[in-house]
Amino acid sequence: MSGALTVRNIAVIALMAALALLPVYVGLGGNAFLLTLFTRIAILGLAAVSLNLILGYGGMMSFGHAAYLGIGGYAVGILAHEGITSGFVQWPVALAASALFALVIGALSLRTRGVYFIMITLAFAQMAYYVVAGLARYGGDDGLTIYKRSQFFAPLNLSNKVQFYYVCLALLFASIYLVHRLVNSRFGMVVQGSRSNDGRMRAIGFPTYRYRLVCFVIAGTLCGLAGALIANNTDFVSPAMMYWTRSGDLIIMAVLGGMGSVIGPLIGAVALLVLEEALSGITEYWQIILGPLLLLVVLFARGGIDGLLSKIRVGVAR
Amino acid sequence: MSGSLLHVENLAKRFAGIVASDDLGLDVETGELHAVIGPNGAGKTTLIAQLGGQLVPDAGRIVFAGSDITTLPMDARSRLGLARSFQITSLFLDLSVLDNVALAVQAHAGHSFRFWRDARKEKELREPARAALARVGLADRADRVTSALSHGEHRLIELAMALAGRPRMLLLDEPMAGLGPEESARMVEMLRALKKEVTILLVEHDMGAVFALADRITVLVYGRVIATGAPADIRSNAAVRDAYLGEAEATDHV
Repeated sequence: MSGALTVRNIAVIALMAALALLPVYVGLGGNAFLLTLFTRIAILGLAAVSLNLILGYGGMMSFGHAAYLGIGGYAVGILAHEGITSGFVQWPVALAASALFALVIGALSLRTRGVYFIMITLAFAQMAYYVVAGLARYGGDDGLTIYKRSQFFAPLNLSNKVQFYYVCLALLFASIYLVHRLVNSRFGMVVQGSRSNDGRMRAIGFPTYRYRLVCFVIAGTLCGLAGALIANNTDFVSPAMMYWTRSGDLIIMAVLGGMGSVIGPLIGAVALLVLEEALSGITEYWQIILGPLLLLVVLFARGGIDGLLSKIRVGVAR
Repeated sequence: MSGSLLHVENLAKRFAGIVASDDLGLDVETGELHAVIGPNGAGKTTLIAQLGGQLVPDAGRIVFAGSDITTLPMDARSRLGLARSFQITSLFLDLSVLDNVALAVQAHAGHSFRFWRDARKEKELREPARAALARVGLADRADRVTSALSHGEHRLIELAMALAGRPRMLLLDEPMAGLGPEESARMVEMLRALKKEVTILLVEHDMGAVFALADRITVLVYGRVIATGAPADIRSNAAVRDAYLGEAEATDHV
């Protein structure tokens, strides 16, 4: 994260500027669908950034991260269904519920490693999925329609597409900055040290479990925020949003964009969702194209797209 | 026992029929370099693992600086001032050399639930880390990725990390393992300087190094202490000669 004007940094600044200016472009007669697409990208990008805090920096291969999307989403949906539409209630509840869920899952799963950790996080997420699918009062399998978006103070209206886009974008950028501060702090150094060599961390005097658990909870809470945004974006929540394949999507975004940086997962979210959109316009079987593409990235670009961009700098400078 | 910083009594540890520690007793005085030697399978690594906290003894007591640490976890022992280095190099290979040592400093700088300030810009972490690296002669390697350094340099980083926490006692598990003659000599010089500042328990195969450095030596055979004493006494001890130094070659080294 140096301030130098490298190809990679220019690309990142360009991406952020493009995201910030997108509504202007749409307002000047550009394709209005772009705003819908990029609202989704900003939200899922936020989820992927939160996942990468534990995945890329903490080395915690969670396969249940989408559970928080569902929990945050359902917190908003259920409260709206019960007539509580204030965002000042809905969003804190969404965050608290996600944090609590992360605390419980984390407390149990972080005692394990490797494949067991993956399986436990997956199992908990699937459990949450079936619990939600069983909530007959809130639509069960069919999901729950939200008739009124979260209400905040007067000028802010989440039903306005442009306003909502900027809310999502602001929260995305704020989260990226938060994660950036976190991973470079003392706390972040402990989490990274634990990813690198946990036994050694404990030998030099760090009780790593509690740091990893706090990290796990922060990531889950941030993803719960993305869940609250999704619920408002689609005006609808359903168990499908926390199905394990959605957790897989988030992992793909992180791997594709690059797990080695804070911004990588956002790049991955843009790449994956734009590709998905573009390829599905060409053929119904767009995944046949996407699959090999992913394989190439995993095989030849370990640092993801972000890593590739960083390498360009090396090629030019030396 | 007044001057004893580490006191071990009646230590016992068994693995499926193998006795790795057998009624083992040991005292390390403040300020000395105490070496533990013994043939392969004598239980040296098991002993150091119990002292460091990776293994819990089946019986016996370990007292460090007046407190019973027999069942204390690794991280708590380290915070009490008992630092260990590993026989097999165990570093944070994907972090920079300075990051490695700074983490060791951070481990002793209170809790790490500090979420905002850039740890790589904190003077109170980086400066002691740089000093420890300079101490082992690796100042110019500080910003390299650890995986890019040689095995000998890794051993020195281990030492810098152990030093960075300003420990009262160092447990060194075969610091010469895998080092070439030149690197070994460098390590011996390093330890000779270090022993003036910190109490050291050294487990080492290199007899030349042990007899050059140790104030006292404890000899383990099959998990039992067969002799403890000054190097000269150990050298002339008949039981030790029989069990360990029996080979003429070893005596030549001494």
